[in-house]
Amino acid sequence: MNIDKKIADDLVANDISFVTTVPCKQLAGVIEEIDARDDIFHIPANKEDEGMGLCAGAFMGGKRPAIIMQNTAIGVTINTLATLIQYYRMPLPMIISYRGELREPVACQVEMAVHTKALLAQLNIPTYHFHWQKDVEELDNILKYTFMCNKPVAILTDANFWGGYGDQ
Amino acid sequence: MIRSEILKDIAPIIRDHLVVCNIGIPSQELHAIDDQPTNFYMLGTMGLASSIGLGLALAQPKPVIAIDGDGSVLTNLGTLPTIANNVADNFILMIIDNGSYGSTGDQPTYAGKKTRLEKVAEACGCENVVTCRAEDTGKELRRALEGGKMTVLVVKCESGNAKNPVITMDPVVIRDRFMKAVQA
Repeated sequence: MNIDKKIADDLVANDISFVTTVPCKQLAGVIEEIDARDDIFHIPANKEDEGMGLCAGAFMGGKRPAIIMQNTAIGVTINTLATLIQYYRMPLPMIISYRGELREPVACQVEMAVHTKALLAQLNIPTYHFHWQKDVEELDNILKYTFMCNKPVAILTDANFWGGYGDQ
Repeated sequence: MIRSEILKDIAPIIRDHLVVCNIGIPSQELHAIDDQPTNFYMLGTMGLASSIGLGLALAQPKPVIAIDGDGSVLTNLGTLPTIANNVADNFILMIIDNGSYGSTGDQPTYAGKKTRLEKVAEACGCENVVTCRAEDTGKELRRALEGGKMTVLVVKCESGNAKNPVITMDPVVIRDRFMKAVQA
């Protein structure tokens, strides 16, 4: 299974046509796939809160948005999640590379990973953890759920899901 | 002129357009001067008026005016390269540059010192950057709307705030009526 293609297919199948991204080694393939799709407008952002602002505007303009970012972004975007996305009750699927989990080679990444789920739980953000490749089968349901309830939803994708770091 | 006088001046021009208004006193002033369903008032997230406005402009064809401040743009300076590289010709970023953080007590911003946001915007690749005096805002805004090109309008004015009540409208109501106005 090509995970990058599967994720992009699920986004398109759920009418998600506006995707903002920040660069990530693990997500590079899916970002490339999204960039290549004619039915998705891809807008790279310089910072994740900026990306969430873009998504909020796109949603109000009638497009279904999504953001692709790293879990360190949770540290950057707490205020934006609370006072923009949640306060105005907007849907936002967040496909998040979950650095610092099993098979992580860089110790510093663990420091944010240990806070990630607690912060998402504190914000009452529905959170899903993709550890095995087959977990991606849930994505379609998660996207439907996000737009049904108008909430931000976190999909944490760890290194195991992406197949490690290339040297493992 | 201070910001609230500019907003009074341009109210008839922006009334029929989609407006994303900066957090704090700017939104309170616009709300008090001419509340419209076509106004999206930011009640949080300083810095993101330009990003919300760009996302909105990219998602639909109507003109969008983001009323921002110099302090707000400095908070989200990455927005200028994003605006420059994702051209939405229905987008006008109007930066009311009074050189101060108005909502927090008029502390000076770096734009009020050595930094020139119009030059930053140009260096970021924004192709239509117009700088004007407060008195000429209406004229330049009309020109930008008629020009149909993505424009960054930097309006130089004095610092100072009108005294208006906070916006008590429910955020979901603001968002819902705004989305209906977008679709109308």
